Amino acid sequence: MIFLKLFLVFLKIGALTFGGGYAMLPLVADEAAAQGWLDSETMLDFVAVSESTPGPFAVNIATFVGSRTAGVAGAVCATAGVVLPSFIIILIVSKFLSKFRENCFVRGAMSGIKPAASGLIAAALFASAITVFFPAGLAPDRFISPAFWISAGIFALSAVLAFKKLHPIAVVGVSAALGVAAGYLFGL
Amino acid sequence: MNVYADLFLTFARIGAFTFGGGYAMIPLIRRETAEKGKWISDEELSEIVAVAESTPGPIAVNAATYVGRSAAGFFGALLATLGVTLPSFCVILALSFLHTRFHELTPVRYAFFGVRAGVLALILRALWIMWKQTPKKIFSYAAIAAAFVACAVIEIHPALVILACAAAGIVYALIAERRAKK
Repeated sequence: MIFLKLFLVFLKIGALTFGGGYAMLPLVADEAAAQGWLDSETMLDFVAVSESTPGPFAVNIATFVGSRTAGVAGAVCATAGVVLPSFIIILIVSKFLSKFRENCFVRGAMSGIKPAASGLIAAALFASAITVFFPAGLAPDRFISPAFWISAGIFALSAVLAFKKLHPIAVVGVSAALGVAAGYLFGL
Repeated sequence: MNVYADLFLTFARIGAFTFGGGYAMIPLIRRETAEKGKWISDEELSEIVAVAESTPGPIAVNAATYVGRSAAGFFGALLATLGVTLPSFCVILALSFLHTRFHELTPVRYAFFGVRAGVLALILRALWIMWKQTPKKIFSYAAIAAAFVACAVIEIHPALVILACAAAGIVYALIAERRAKK
């Protein structure tokens, strides 16, 4: 049943995402692809939408995948799933916050999980870059298509702006405007 | 005002006005709670931010649950968490339907064509920030490389990669502790 499936998949994702934000991207991308819920382009579209709308990234992505897969009820199940693990764990550890943080096992586990999250995000970035730059696989004639060079240009400019600490919403806005301009100019 | 209604509305306001989530929410949570002398102290909030690093899930949810519980027990936690979640839930629900309906339109298609390249840059920057926070130790480098290869090349499920790295981290910490004792 799709509602139970959404709830359980996002429960798993919620339980395994530490540090929030982009750390959950590789897990969501992997599950969405494995279950056939979303293609990778729609996924990227909604990463951008999540960046430009209020609220925690995890809640936004869960709501989106849920609603796309099974309407409003699907969105409720996915969002409840992603929130529940942190809700329960905070209720449990709230009595002994600092002891929990300083526990040797917790610290040890975190020393492995944090770099793992970086490695997984790098893998998600790699897969996303292939989606953007080589949507039809690696073909030599891709390098003479305007779409490739426009994407490369927008990426380069966005990277400069992002590293100059421009707000993510502004980066999304600039890249959208460039996409519209280039689209009409080159008739993509 | 009733404490439950107050918790719900305060966290709904926090959820509705912070973009990008995560740490961007902390100053607003501080302003709405500790600075007004409500529910928790400044030290407690700093502590919960530090603890949220080692607990799963969005930091905003962690903070809302903790503040709600301190203020009014289980139902306080429930209402604060519901409040912080609800605004983005509604906004995304609406946008999801709009996206389904309009993403075939030519200007929308062009806009998202551009946005996909822009998002790569945002992910790259997030990765860069995480890299700067990584302890400069061989163990961290090895875990990053192993996680990348396992996920991108061997295509092992990311959940398994996280669990394996957590286990490796525990073993590493225990060995380091034993060595320190000798």
